[in-house]
This record gives sequence, C-alpha cells and structure tokens, in this order.
Amino acid sequence: MKALKYDPLDIVVTGVGGQGNVLASQVLGLALLTAGYEVTVGETYGLSQRGGSVTSQVRVSSGPVLGPMMPGHRATAIVSLEPLEALRLIGDYGHPGVVVLTNDRPLRPLGVLAGEQLYPEPAELKATLEGLCAKLCWLPATAAALELGNHILANVVLLGALCGLDLLPIGADEVEAALGEMFPETKMTPNREALAKGLALVREV
Amino acid sequence: MADVSKLTPGQKVLMQGNEAIARGALEAGVSLAAAYPGNPSSEILQTLADSARSAGIYVEWSTNEKVALESAAAASYAGLRGMASMKQNGVNVAQDFICNLTISGTKGGLVLVTCDDPSGVSSTNEQDARFIARVACLPLLEPATPAECLKMTKLAFELSEEIGNLVVLRGLARLSHTRAGVTPGPLPESKRQPHWDPKERWFTIPVVPRHQVMLDKLAQAGELMTAAGVNYYDGPVRPELLVIASGSSRLYADEARRLVKATERVGILHMGATWPLDQELILEHLARADKILFAEEVDPHLESGVKSIYAQHVRELGLKDFYGQETGHKPPTGELSPSRVAAALADILGLSWQEADPAYLAKAKAAQALVAPRQVGFCPGCPHRASYWSIKQVLSADGREGIVSGDIGCYTMGVLPTGYQRVNAVHCMGSGPGIASGLGKLRSQGFDQPVISVVGDSTFFHAALPALVNARWNNSDYVLVVLDNSATAMTGFQPHPGTGATAMGQAGTVVDVEQICAGLGLPYTVLDPYDLEATQEALYDALQIGGGLRVLIFRRACALVQNKQGGHPWRMSVDPELCRGEECGCDRFCTRVFRCPGLVFDQATGKTVLDEVVCVGCGVCAQICPAGAIKARPKEATA
Repeated sequence: MKALKYDPLDIVVTGVGGQGNVLASQVLGLALLTAGYEVTVGETYGLSQRGGSVTSQVRVSSGPVLGPMMPGHRATAIVSLEPLEALRLIGDYGHPGVVVLTNDRPLRPLGVLAGEQLYPEPAELKATLEGLCAKLCWLPATAAALELGNHILANVVLLGALCGLDLLPIGADEVEAALGEMFPETKMTPNREALAKGLALVREV
Repeated sequence: MADVSKLTPGQKVLMQGNEAIARGALEAGVSLAAAYPGNPSSEILQTLADSARSAGIYVEWSTNEKVALESAAAASYAGLRGMASMKQNGVNVAQDFICNLTISGTKGGLVLVTCDDPSGVSSTNEQDARFIARVACLPLLEPATPAECLKMTKLAFELSEEIGNLVVLRGLARLSHTRAGVTPGPLPESKRQPHWDPKERWFTIPVVPRHQVMLDKLAQAGELMTAAGVNYYDGPVRPELLVIASGSSRLYADEARRLVKATERVGILHMGATWPLDQELILEHLARADKILFAEEVDPHLESGVKSIYAQHVRELGLKDFYGQETGHKPPTGELSPSRVAAALADILGLSWQEADPAYLAKAKAAQALVAPRQVGFCPGCPHRASYWSIKQVLSADGREGIVSGDIGCYTMGVLPTGYQRVNAVHCMGSGPGIASGLGKLRSQGFDQPVISVVGDSTFFHAALPALVNARWNNSDYVLVVLDNSATAMTGFQPHPGTGATAMGQAGTVVDVEQICAGLGLPYTVLDPYDLEATQEALYDALQIGGGLRVLIFRRACALVQNKQGGHPWRMSVDPELCRGEECGCDRFCTRVFRCPGLVFDQATGKTVLDEVVCVGCGVCAQICPAGAIKARPKEATA
C-alpha cells in the first residue's frame, strides 16, 4: 500500500442534485477501499433531485477511522461539477493550499433564472477561485462528456482529471476497476473514454 | 439498493450505514421487516426489500410507522425476529404502541431503528428520538460507523430476545448516508418456525407489577450491554479532560483532539450503549478527570444522565467542571462537527486554535457575495407547481383571504417561492386535514375565510384518514385537495396503498382514494392539474359551495416518474417576437412568479428563453403566458 501524500486525504465532491457527484464519490471511495486504505464517504442528500447543492466528502487515512464530516478549511481538493458550487464550498473547506478541480459549465440557481440574482461572469468566477486556491483546474467536463454522447459523464471526466493530479495514492486503472464494479461491461466503454478524456484535459492545464 | 444477502462473509466492502443495518438484521435472522419511508431511514427497508427473496424473509412498506412496528411485534409474538425502521418523526407516530409494548414485553427479538436528522437536512424538525428510551425504559444503542451499524443491529436482536423487550438502535442522517468499510459475517443457517402458543398472552395489566418487570428488564439490559463491550475508553489513564460522547460525535471528538494537538491530554469515553447508562463505568472515569465535556447530537441526553449520576456521588468524587450544552461548548441546535468540538477543546484547555488563516478566511468570506443561494424547488414538469399555481390563482380570484393547510411530502415546498408561498401551515403527517377540520368548524364563531387542505396520496393513507372521518362526522366546511402523484416521491418513489404495488415487488390490492371518499359519502372530482383552466374552475366552484367537506383529486404522476415512463407530451418553445419581456403587463409571470427552471430570464435580451435541456415538456407554462409567446407542440409532430 502506497503511503498517502496527504494523511488524511480529504476530497470534497460537490455539484447540483442530479449531476452524479454522489456516484463519483462512491467510485472513488470503493477504489481507495480496495487499495487498502481506511475510507469514509459522507453523503448529504435529501433534496438532491430538486435543484439543491449536494456535497459528498471522501475521507481517506492510513490510520484511524474518520468521521463523515471534515473539519473546516482543510480539504486536500475540491472537485466540483459546477463552478459556482466550487466557490460555495471554498467558503467552508478552502485554504491557501487547496486544489480546485471544476467543471466550467454553469447551472444557474432558481433565483438567477427568475432574474432576481446574478450569476458571476465566468472570468470573474475563475479569477476569484484562482485567488483562493493553490491550483485551479477549470475544465470543460460537460463539453467533453457531450462529445462522448452524454452530459452525465462529466462526473467521470472529473474523476479522470483527479487521477492526473499527484494527489491520490491510486491511478485511473484503479478508478476504472471500481467503475467496473458498479456498471455492467456494456456501459464501460463510455466510462473508460470519459476517464481518459479527463486525464488528457488535466494534462493540458 | 443492492441485495446484501449475497455478500461474501469475511470480505470487506464499502457499505452505507443504512445498508449495514439491513445486513445486520439479516445476519441476526430477521423474518419480518416493516417501515414507512422517511429520509434518512428509507434505504434500510429498501435494501431489505431488495434482499427479501434471496433471504426468504417478508418485507413491507406499511401505511405508517405505528403499523410497521405492530407488524414487527407480531413476528416477535410468533417467536420470530422483527424490525421496524423509521425517521425520528415516526417514533412519535409509534409512541403510543411503544409505551404499552414495553410493559407487555416481547418474545422473538424486536428492534426499532430510528434515524435522526440533526440540522433537519431532510426533515421538518431535528428531534432527538432518544427520548423514547427514557420514556419507555428501553435499551438504546448508538453506532458511530457503518461497521458498528452491522454489529450493533445484531446485538440489538440478541439483547431484545434475552430481556424480552423492544431494543432501540439510533442512527443519524450522516451515519445513515456514510459509506465505509464493513466486513459482513455469516447469515443464519436455519429458519425458525413461527408459532404463537395460545397460552402466551401479551398485555399490560396489572399495570404496577408489570411496570416493575419493565424496569427489571432495563437493568438486566444494562448489564448485558456492559458485557458486550460497546462502551470503551480511549486515552491517557488520567486525562486532563474527559469527553463523553456517542454516535458520530465520538469520531468528531477523536479528530478534534488531534486537530488541537492534545491527544495526550484528552480521553474519550465512547458510549455505544446510551440507555441505561453504565453507572459503574461512568463513575470510574469521572474519578480520573476533573474536567468533563459532552459531545452528542442534538439533546443533552448524556449530559443530563451523567450529571444525575454525579449528583448521587458528589461526596466521593469531589468538585468537577462540566462542559456541554449548559456552558455553550455544545450547541443546543444543529449538528456537531469536528471543528465545533475542536473549538470547545481549545477553549477548555486554553489552547489557541483556528480553522484557517484569518486573512484567508476574510477573503473567502468576501467571495461568497458572488455565490447566489441555491433555492430548492419543484422539478421541471412537477404537477405540484401546476397545482399550487391554480390554488394561488383561485384564492386570488375568490378574494376572501383563503387559507391553505399543508402537509408532508414534496408539496411541503409550497411554503417556498416554488409553491408561491401559498401554504399557511405545515407540521406533521396528516396534520393538514386536522387543522382544516378545526378551521371549518369555526364558522359558528364567525370565521369566514375559505379553507383548502392539501395532502399527498401517501400521506392520505398514513395519517389523514382519521381527520377526514372527523371532518365528515362533524360536518366541517373545507375543500380537501389530494395531490395524487402516484408515488411517495420525496423519499424515493416507494409504493403506497393507492399504487397497489408492495415493497417486495408483488401485486397488492389497490386501495382507491375515490372509493374511500365514496364510502365516507364525500363528493369528489378527479382533475389533471396540468389542465389549468378545468382545475381552476373546479376549485373555484368547490370553494363557493361551502357547507361541508368536499374533495378534489389532482391526479398526475410525479414528473420524474413520467420521465421514466416515456416522458411528457410537448415540445416547448418561446417565440422571441411575441415575448414582451420586461414590457409585459404580466411583469414576467413566467420566470419571476411561475419559476419553472426550464424558463430562463435572459438579462441580455430582457426576454424569456427556454432551456431545452431542463424543460421536460409538461405544457403548463404555455397556458399562463398572456402574450401567447410560449408554444407547446406535440413531440411526435416535431420529431
């Protein structure tokens, strides 16, 4: 078992209900458990299909079993399926050393759709995120997923990207094996492509 | 959910807390499991239902939590093991039965699982259901991890059978929905043959001697739980500060002492059995520390229990400092967290600790000004949005300041802008028709506002029926609107009596809302809430009639169910030539008021645009646009 570069390794996976962040965190958790680490995946849902923010916390250690909630402002990485959610979570888990990996596709909150609130301009949002983290990976995950035929693959694209950063003690092969535990072989081709796409995207950053 | 009966014993898997409770019940040889859906508990029964055929057990969604526990008790009396699972609110529903059951006792192992929801993430309250252990003198177990969920569920069954009473297992929302490594054990090799010996009788009289038997069982349970080793201490022999903790708070306390770098100064007494409290163990550890902090969610259950023990032994223990809810070191509301416990430790031990660099925190906080809140709302195509639109329009046209009595389900969100804030009161399952029944009898006192009670189809069967009988009997004057979306949608589309399907996927008998109304002698009309004109006309007329209870059934399947069953009929579009945007006399009815996420107000053009990815094609918005700019065309024609 490879030593953890960060112990605990704390990864926040966030997005809007229906984007598949709970699934992404389960895949990551399963891959890390299989690799022999202590894993706790805390999920928060209840209104997940009704437009609310949904966050899961993947907590990994080589030692004691960790609780389902991270301490504030200590996340190793924030993986977000929606850019505004990345900034929201920085308010709870960010610190100067955090790595932020986010999809660039906005999903506008109801108040914005109604014309009551504003969604920040992408450039402003990106610059603000950059000022609050050690490294920002601003990735076209939805666009990449659509190229593969289904927007829902954005979560797997981001998992692939996460594997391309030097944070996890495992690689894309282990994540692929975990996906294989959860999906029938017939659905694995787009998942493999999405992982590879994510890896390629993060190498361009 | 997965079939957890097929796991390989000894092989560690990633398992959710709720799934681990289900697996624990299977390993304990449960024969009957029953529940009413309620987050965060729903996955327990769903997992058992999905495992039922291969495990050869009976699993049901019951009409409510009291009936679920009564069904499970039946298994106990027949010598089998039974389990009922519920969210914290369900314990209140089942309480009357529980408080009598505890006196009559049980035979086969009987376990009640309550999944509490600190911070009320998916609940209307954050009630701490541990009260039931004190009220009904029941043994109480509180796991902290999915692995403990499995282990303590098995223990709960053994304990129950040993003492002859119900045992309570208390989960928490975070734990229910936490996944971690769990190593399953073997499943039982043999099955019991159910039989109720007619000479065995279960009742509560004579009350006083039976009450004493109940107390003796509780004391016996205390000894057995101590022997089981579910309480343990971890820390220095003589800690400067002792933390007494239960549930997830045990893990938060452990992490907090590492965060403040005080592992050598802080000991943790892990309480897995929290009623009755192990007095001997607590006295032993109180004697070794002068400062004591409590970490638990939500009520000060351990805090008051330990202080009560201390009060009886203050002469031998000497003066101690207690920290917890009374001193502000544990919040009286909401969830606990590692950071909150760390702050308490730092304060008590005189350490300096901060979550992050203050300059960074200030910057991160300032950036939150860019982050619009993500308000929850009805899904695109949700029939409830259409129903509330009609209710809002009709009450406005009626002009007599009508009142809407709400209830529990997705449609509780009628209190939010997504339901036009048109719901005036929401409490518990079935309370809507009860309150409406009272309002409808205030006519004699001069109350002249029209009254609508909205109730979902699953809630209708759960607890609305007695209130409806009451209203019919006493001739209360109101309109009952059944928001029938043919599912228990809020909790994950579980079946209910109106759908006729059962937990195990077999055909049950459809219990028909119309037949119940007919049986009660109530006039009723069935409407499609997508048809705004017909719905509004019927509702308006019903409000004008007055004089008794009358029923409108707004029937349209949940939009998510429709999506799975072939989708909605329309392809929608907005004609930019016809849309008047800001100039419209309606003041942006469609985006500002109707608020379907499929309709977007485009700041650049000042007009409404349709988000084709989000829109499902229910066709309702086409009926509200005064300019006729929103078009609905049949999907087939445009495909």
